[in-house]
Amino acid sequence: MKKLDTNGTVYTVVYSVVITIIVAVLLAVVSQALRPRQEANILLDKQKQILGALKIDYSTGDPAEIYLALVNDTLRYGEAGTKEYREVYVANLNGAVKYVLPLSGKGLWGGIGGYLALDEDKNTIYGTNFNHESETPGLGAKIVELPFRQQFEGKHIRNAAGEVVSVAVLKSGKHAEGQEQVDAISGATITSTGVSTMLQVNLAEYAEFLSELSAVSNQPSEEENVESVKEED
Amino acid sequence: MLSQKTKDTLLGPLNVNNPVVVQILGICSALAVTVQLKPALVMGIAVTIIVAMSNVIVSLIRKSIPMRVRIIVQLVVVAALVTLVSEILKAFAYDVAMQLSVYLGLIITNCILMGRLEAFAMTNNAWDSFLDGLGNGFGYALVLVIVAVVRELLGAGQLLGFQVIPESFYAAGYENNGMMLMPAMALILVGCIIWAHRAINDKEGK
Repeated sequence: MKKLDTNGTVYTVVYSVVITIIVAVLLAVVSQALRPRQEANILLDKQKQILGALKIDYSTGDPAEIYLALVNDTLRYGEAGTKEYREVYVANLNGAVKYVLPLSGKGLWGGIGGYLALDEDKNTIYGTNFNHESETPGLGAKIVELPFRQQFEGKHIRNAAGEVVSVAVLKSGKHAEGQEQVDAISGATITSTGVSTMLQVNLAEYAEFLSELSAVSNQPSEEENVESVKEED
Repeated sequence: MLSQKTKDTLLGPLNVNNPVVVQILGICSALAVTVQLKPALVMGIAVTIIVAMSNVIVSLIRKSIPMRVRIIVQLVVVAALVTLVSEILKAFAYDVAMQLSVYLGLIITNCILMGRLEAFAMTNNAWDSFLDGLGNGFGYALVLVIVAVVRELLGAGQLLGFQVIPESFYAAGYENNGMMLMPAMALILVGCIIWAHRAINDKEGK
């Protein structure tokens, strides 16, 4: 048999095409086959994070069950599928109502996100939980750790006049005018600023929820004219 | 049990032929993941597995690969493997996948992979390529671990997240070295390792 010329143009083209198709099919099949499991994992991860923001220890039980027992209502704002769509989770901790607001923003290397648990007054922070895609380990990645997160507890997102002003994340020594603040992570200025901006921007987007009196409703609200909330710097 | 050649293939990269300090490959990720020991360990293990597997695959198909597109074929093999591993982790070990998210992507661009595929797997059989992959992976992991231990210990006083330097030291005025957390320190430490490594090996005449 004549030895195949592996350097010919035709062979090269056919080889490239075949390799591409094999790899593409393989990846597509694997991706499809694993999707249900991955989605279940993503949902479970979200529930765990919300429990984390509510300061619930789920290590001894089934997180999904604990979640379903505590978080019994979801408030929806805006039209599903649009950018303005927001969900607020309502949890009931031994009779006390807590609201959990999902957050998303930008860190240094990639996206950051988290959950902010508020007391029924929609002012006092009950707990926080942050996550990130790719912040630097030992620096920006510290936003997920308790010492950083716990600083937020008991802080207020409104000023004395009741306007939503968020909580600033600042280097120790600096002082924010007209809003409460927590310490930034040293060496991770951009990630810290990212958390600060994320809170500010996201809270503004929850204006509709925050301006409502704390009556719990499950109806998707379609009001267009939301009372705008002034932001102070 | 192992012939001399096999031994050289497997153990050479740990010292005399280390991918990081002798071949100067994979420096980039050595800077990125060595602030703490844990990601460094995980990255070392992940790279070892991927180098070994891609070495075997490329070695098996090496005779059929057209010379003109060989680099692209190697890259496709590596990228496909990394994507597969990442998908499988997301389905079966979600927490690990989340911690690895960036590093998994970084593996594709790690020069050690392309370097070993091109220099070794293209001209050797599958078993030798597998050993070469393991050896180079371990050699890479070794340097990462050394750098990470120094950086985490001096930069944060911890190892694997556990406090190693006692509180009494801090009370006595000891402070963590913030410089250690900066990427530049990783480069300087790698430089120190290369220096020590050369000095020792020169003395032994290797």
